[in-house]
Amino acid sequence: MTGSIAAIGAGLAAIGAGLGIGRIGGSAMEGMARQPEAANKIQTAMLIAAALVEAVSLFAVVVALLGNG
Amino acid sequence: MTLLINRFSKKYSAITAVFLFVLFAFTYSVKAENNAEVTNQLDSLTTKMVTESEKVAEEVTGHHETEEEKFNTSEVIMEHIADAHDWHLWGHTSIHLPVIVYTDKGFECFSSGKFEHGHAIYQGANYNYKIVKHPGEQKERIKVVDANGNIDEVASASVIDLSITKNIASLLFSVVVLLIMFISIANGYKKRGIGAPKGLGSWLEPIIIFVRDDIARPNLGDQYHRFMPYLLTVFFFIWFNNTLGLIPFFPGGANLTGNIAVTMVLALFTLIITNINGTKTYWGHVFTPHVPLWLYPLVIPVEIIGLFTKPFALMVRLFANITAGHILVLSLICLIFIFKTVAVAGVSVPFVVFISVIEMLVAFIQAFIFTILSALYIGMALEKPSHNNDHH
Repeated sequence: MTGSIAAIGAGLAAIGAGLGIGRIGGSAMEGMARQPEAANKIQTAMLIAAALVEAVSLFAVVVALLGNG
Repeated sequence: MTLLINRFSKKYSAITAVFLFVLFAFTYSVKAENNAEVTNQLDSLTTKMVTESEKVAEEVTGHHETEEEKFNTSEVIMEHIADAHDWHLWGHTSIHLPVIVYTDKGFECFSSGKFEHGHAIYQGANYNYKIVKHPGEQKERIKVVDANGNIDEVASASVIDLSITKNIASLLFSVVVLLIMFISIANGYKKRGIGAPKGLGSWLEPIIIFVRDDIARPNLGDQYHRFMPYLLTVFFFIWFNNTLGLIPFFPGGANLTGNIAVTMVLALFTLIITNINGTKTYWGHVFTPHVPLWLYPLVIPVEIIGLFTKPFALMVRLFANITAGHILVLSLICLIFIFKTVAVAGVSVPFVVFISVIEMLVAFIQAFIFTILSALYIGMALEKPSHNNDHH
């Protein structure tokens, strides 16, 4: 039972991170298409922002993993 | 989830039994070592039909990782991503790494081969030792046992395991390789002077320049050269070990950067370097933030917690990303054993190759992110007083 709930938690975390990273990626693509000369800077900023969003979801995944045990 | 898959595989094992007999003609059968024990452990609820097919399944898959009656996916995966006292080479061959234990009676050092993969008890000078692995735990622990083989929990509590485990051996290996690489190219530059690089240098120079121009300079400004040694070390250490972890056989295969203790030490370095170099303005933001006085009891604790959450995020991010990658690859391989047919290999093996290529990219991105965030945090600590904040 705890395993299933942990799996639901991990899934919810994935939804959040998916929405967040999707928006970041989409906006970065848009920005790069409008200003191709700024692509490098946008890419770096995109990766940092994605890493920050991902960190939150990874916290959730780790908590789910610990809760599973 | 594992439970569901297990149930699923149990339900369909009758059908797969037909496949298994066909398979049986092609696969050489290996005698299941503990067949008697296996039969005893079988669930009494399972029908005789299922029992028969599982026995066959055991004989077919018996020569793989597990010799259990049922393939326990999560256990196999955890075993592969966890640390170990021996380094698996092929088949039943593995390198037995030294065990160093410190107890209340002093140090003791012996080969992990003495444990015979947890089956034997080693009679040391001070105590008798045994490797114990609890079902729910990833790590194998060295416990003190008495003459009858019972675990002595009181004496076990004093055991400090300082063994050269798989992860430590892998760490030492990567350190040696990185040192040879960088000392040789540094000598090359010394000999030839600054100019067009040669050999290994022409491969590494663009990456070093990348760390300098894309990571250090934008975040650290004119003081970047002070932190270049740390940033380069951390970048190449993480990148090299991430990549080494993706190699499925010796000398790779150790999940070093997917070990939370290793990432914790790396994050601790960033924490220390950031706070040692903190300027007056940086500490001012922590202890005298620009908020009304009555908010201080609320804001100052938050700021102090903020000092620690940043390296904590670094630690968890690297650990979770690398571990998740390893789990993904292993679970795709495990699909073959869950469904108990090689037909699945046609789907899962190409998928594993595909994921592995993505993991190569992740290995680089994670090293890059760890380094750039470290640079960012150090850059925040180097902050100079700005004129906007002076009137408060």
